[in-house]
Amino acid sequence: MRYLPLSQSDRHEMLATIGVSHINDLFKDVPKSALLKEPVDLPNHKSEMEVDREMRALAGKNIPAGSVPFFCGAGAYRHYVPSTVDHLIQRGEFLTAYTPYQPEISQGTLQALYEFQSQVAQITGMEVSNASMYDGSTACGEAVLMARRVSRKKKAILSGSLHPQYIEVVKTVTKFTDDVAVFNPVDTYAVDDLIAQIDDETSCVVVQNPDFFGNIQDFSKLAEALHEKNALLIVVVTEIVSLGAVRSPGSMGADIVVGEGQSIGNGLSFGGPYVGLFATRQKYVRTMPGRVCGQTVDADGKRGFVLTLSTREQHIRREKATSNICTNAGLCTLAFTIHMTLLGEKGFRHLAHLNHAKAVMLADKLSHIKGVKVLNKSFFNEFTISLPIDAAYAIEKMAEAKILGGVPLSRLYPDHENLKNQMLVAVTETVTEADMDLFVSELKEWVKC
Amino acid sequence: MTIYYSEEHEWVSVEGDIGTIGITDYAQNALGDIVFVEVPEVGSDHDKGDEVAVVESVKAASEIYAPIGGEVIEINESLEFEPAMVNEHAESDAWFYKIKITDLEELDDLMDTKAYKAFIANLD
Amino acid sequence: MLNNQGRQTDVGTASQQTSNNFTTHSGNRGLEQDELLIYEIGDTKRTGVDLEEVWDFEPRLGGVTRDNEIGLAGLTEPETMRHYTRLSRKNYAIDMGLYPLGSCTMKHNPRLNEKVARLPGLGDIHPLQPISTVQGALEVMDNLAHWLKTLTGMPAVAMSPKAGAHGELCGLMAIRAALDKRGENRSIILAPESAHGTNPATATLCGYKVKSIPANKQGRVDLDALKSALTPDVAAIMLTNPNTCGLFERDIIEIAKAVHSIGGYFYCDGANFNAIVGKVRPGDLGVDAMHINLHKTFSTPHGGGGPGAGPVVLSKALEPFAPVPYVIHGDHGFELVEHISDKGDSKDSFGRMTAFHGQMGMNIRALAFMMSHGADGLARVAEDSVLNANYILASLKDVMTASFEGPCMHECLFDDRFLHGTGVATLDFAKAMIDEGYHPMTMYFPLVVHGAMLIEPTESESKQSVDQFIGSLRHLVTEAKAGNKELFSGAPYLAPLRRLDETLAARSPILRWSKPENE
Repeated sequence: MRYLPLSQSDRHEMLATIGVSHINDLFKDVPKSALLKEPVDLPNHKSEMEVDREMRALAGKNIPAGSVPFFCGAGAYRHYVPSTVDHLIQRGEFLTAYTPYQPEISQGTLQALYEFQSQVAQITGMEVSNASMYDGSTACGEAVLMARRVSRKKKAILSGSLHPQYIEVVKTVTKFTDDVAVFNPVDTYAVDDLIAQIDDETSCVVVQNPDFFGNIQDFSKLAEALHEKNALLIVVVTEIVSLGAVRSPGSMGADIVVGEGQSIGNGLSFGGPYVGLFATRQKYVRTMPGRVCGQTVDADGKRGFVLTLSTREQHIRREKATSNICTNAGLCTLAFTIHMTLLGEKGFRHLAHLNHAKAVMLADKLSHIKGVKVLNKSFFNEFTISLPIDAAYAIEKMAEAKILGGVPLSRLYPDHENLKNQMLVAVTETVTEADMDLFVSELKEWVKC
Repeated sequence: MTIYYSEEHEWVSVEGDIGTIGITDYAQNALGDIVFVEVPEVGSDHDKGDEVAVVESVKAASEIYAPIGGEVIEINESLEFEPAMVNEHAESDAWFYKIKITDLEELDDLMDTKAYKAFIANLD
Repeated sequence: MLNNQGRQTDVGTASQQTSNNFTTHSGNRGLEQDELLIYEIGDTKRTGVDLEEVWDFEPRLGGVTRDNEIGLAGLTEPETMRHYTRLSRKNYAIDMGLYPLGSCTMKHNPRLNEKVARLPGLGDIHPLQPISTVQGALEVMDNLAHWLKTLTGMPAVAMSPKAGAHGELCGLMAIRAALDKRGENRSIILAPESAHGTNPATATLCGYKVKSIPANKQGRVDLDALKSALTPDVAAIMLTNPNTCGLFERDIIEIAKAVHSIGGYFYCDGANFNAIVGKVRPGDLGVDAMHINLHKTFSTPHGGGGPGAGPVVLSKALEPFAPVPYVIHGDHGFELVEHISDKGDSKDSFGRMTAFHGQMGMNIRALAFMMSHGADGLARVAEDSVLNANYILASLKDVMTASFEGPCMHECLFDDRFLHGTGVATLDFAKAMIDEGYHPMTMYFPLVVHGAMLIEPTESESKQSVDQFIGSLRHLVTEAKAGNKELFSGAPYLAPLRRLDETLAARSPILRWSKPENE
């Protein structure tokens, strides 16, 4: 077995040193009835080449996004990741290191985390960031719980245009606590309704920008209304590239910004692993969940970095911890940071501008199709269109023609008959004008009949 | 002014019905370098034994239980920025909060200076 | 003419300088190079990407346009490569040496797994593509589910939890949902005092109070204490097996029966599954739910702290309460149940734990690891990891103090009694291991012994490697007992940095770079 270095004679020698004759003597504490006499009913070991072949066969049954004109988004976006990123994160010193609990021999991971936290704080317009959460949706759940700790109130109000799966995650994490979550109907421009719902029990309002349907808004007024009631504004950003072109949530008065960072540095990977971003105000840092890295000095006075404020965390605080989270998105944050460093201010702004330009181009092309309507007043790189027919059907048919044309709203809102003909269309820098034209001509075909 | 001590290593200095509360020098020494102190909110009411504050060192967080009940009338705001004060002046400048004591009889359960000294001598 | 050109080939003039007090102009020490932050190297004008020019167009941002500079520092590609390569060299890693972190299972990460996870057909697919275009991805999830169910002897598995602690949350929520369905409002979770911190933190998130169960002298749950704590108010017991002392819970079947007899459930923390994979099926022990850290037993890389993955196997009793989404076999191939519907099987599901379908990238790696080992190889994994740990225990217990009698499982626990009177604490001892070229073992966990040192070598180590490690530890014990305190109190001496001031970091947290004020 290529992964197991002990030889048969090593094993005998070692058993002799231990003073037992058979390996099962070391399993003597296992109840006899439970120790398997025979191997479990699964195939035996395989060579690297065989496994490689079988995995390729499985891969061959999918349509990779990069092989076709591709327009899916809804919280996961396909961007071009420079080759340098994947090369660097596969360096064994990054890939095969544990959580940096021993800072003297983990400065690589720690300094990269410090750079990550700095970048996230900058782009969200917040003062501090943690070292990441599992993904955007779980970060959103954590933000709601944190708002309760900060405000000491337990009613969270969720916008109806928040990503529906994020809403479900909040529903789950508040299910067995005494938190109260208020869920609003799907309506993008209901900010005034949200303001009207704020009362003395309110801990926070959660909004998304651009929202699930792609619309962009300024939430400054909502922030003011919340702060008057000592409640928090939580802004969710699922397409982090948008912050290269759109005003930051921090500048609107957000108290917590959570985001999905997958767009930078990370591939689609069928939904995970991704990078949960979590940024807040300095004054709330001790109620923030998750790991955080901070600057300090070593015994010789040299600058270095350590994991800090760990008394908030489960391994010390146990049942009183701010969260039960233990891992972070480690390697995915590193990919984020390397990609963001390659972009820099100039590249990040340019990338955002390019995404928006391409989305505008496709929106204009689509709006010329008879029966197709672009529903957004504003958008960044994703917008909602309505068709005269079932959107899921149109998308399925386009997939048969090797075009992945977007996400039907019915996939996420199966019970909303009124959204059945609507779909989300995302356009990133990876889409060419030729891709757009193929999409438009194919969609025309299906809309006609 | 009389000073009382609890077995959880808090001190209460009493003047009239006003009590000033902190942790003892013995406690700060046992906790090590203190990095953060969370004090209760002014106006909050606590019964004896309620969790009122948290003291964090790098490796541990310890809850502080009210040695005596009452309403919090003042907190030591400088602890937020200078937690190290607790290590340096635990039983003077680094007091945590002041209360209006509800029931002065609760003081009877606490120790005086001599008894506390004997108590910690026994611990070592 | 004599040619006296060319380089000298002897070792040069002997010098009194030693490597310890040698200083350089740059601050670098040969291959060990200091590295500034990106903000101190790059600037907002530099970039490492070339993007196509943008044409003139009318923006549709609704007027919510960013008008301030963000301040992001950029680097060109060669600068980026050098920056992060230099940083990487300041890390210890499995690829460099034995990584004996107890309860973390730092084993070799095969690169085949990295390769297959990056196949376009697996890495470059969108979670919301039409189901007809991702049949292979669903098959991967289904295959992995089959392996996990077979290895654990459990009928169901929830694939979406994104890490071990997320898996714990999944398991406890399924238990809570099952009790709610029975109309029972129980409030207590029992957990041994040696439990990992995530256990009580998770129980709190599910609205439960944790009651601690003491250990007996053999480092295992005290069965009598457990039985007397089993009141009708107990929802479940959370038990790690093998436990955090590296020991198999001998009474586990009886524990399960006792918990079931009062109508409670048995949650098993599967963090230490590596010791028994292919040898013991948790389903045969009476477990109702158990998370499996794919990043431990099945070798998906730890990546400096994540990402992990924590699928949860479930008993028949808990299966109906599993979270969405999950894969089913439909009429036209694999299907994904993404919503809770009043009619279907998902009607009792407790909900959704994350957007999309979980850690697919980790699933692929874990499946490749399992297929490579097979049923025969996985049992070998358990045996070799247990053998390596017991060999270390046997080779050190004459000089270090083992906390418990008898063989251990895949990790061995020592406490600090052997250091009494030396003036060397567990922390110092561990830091001295860094100078010997090793990552320290897990320290001060579990909390049930004083100054704990938990050593887990994993099956990836050769005998030669383990022997060298044992040699280093024996040497350090000798030095500690000989009174060479300085070797420990100042350690590490040979790492990129000396010990760091964690007090300073926590008292005045600096959590991000900011532009210096004089600029």
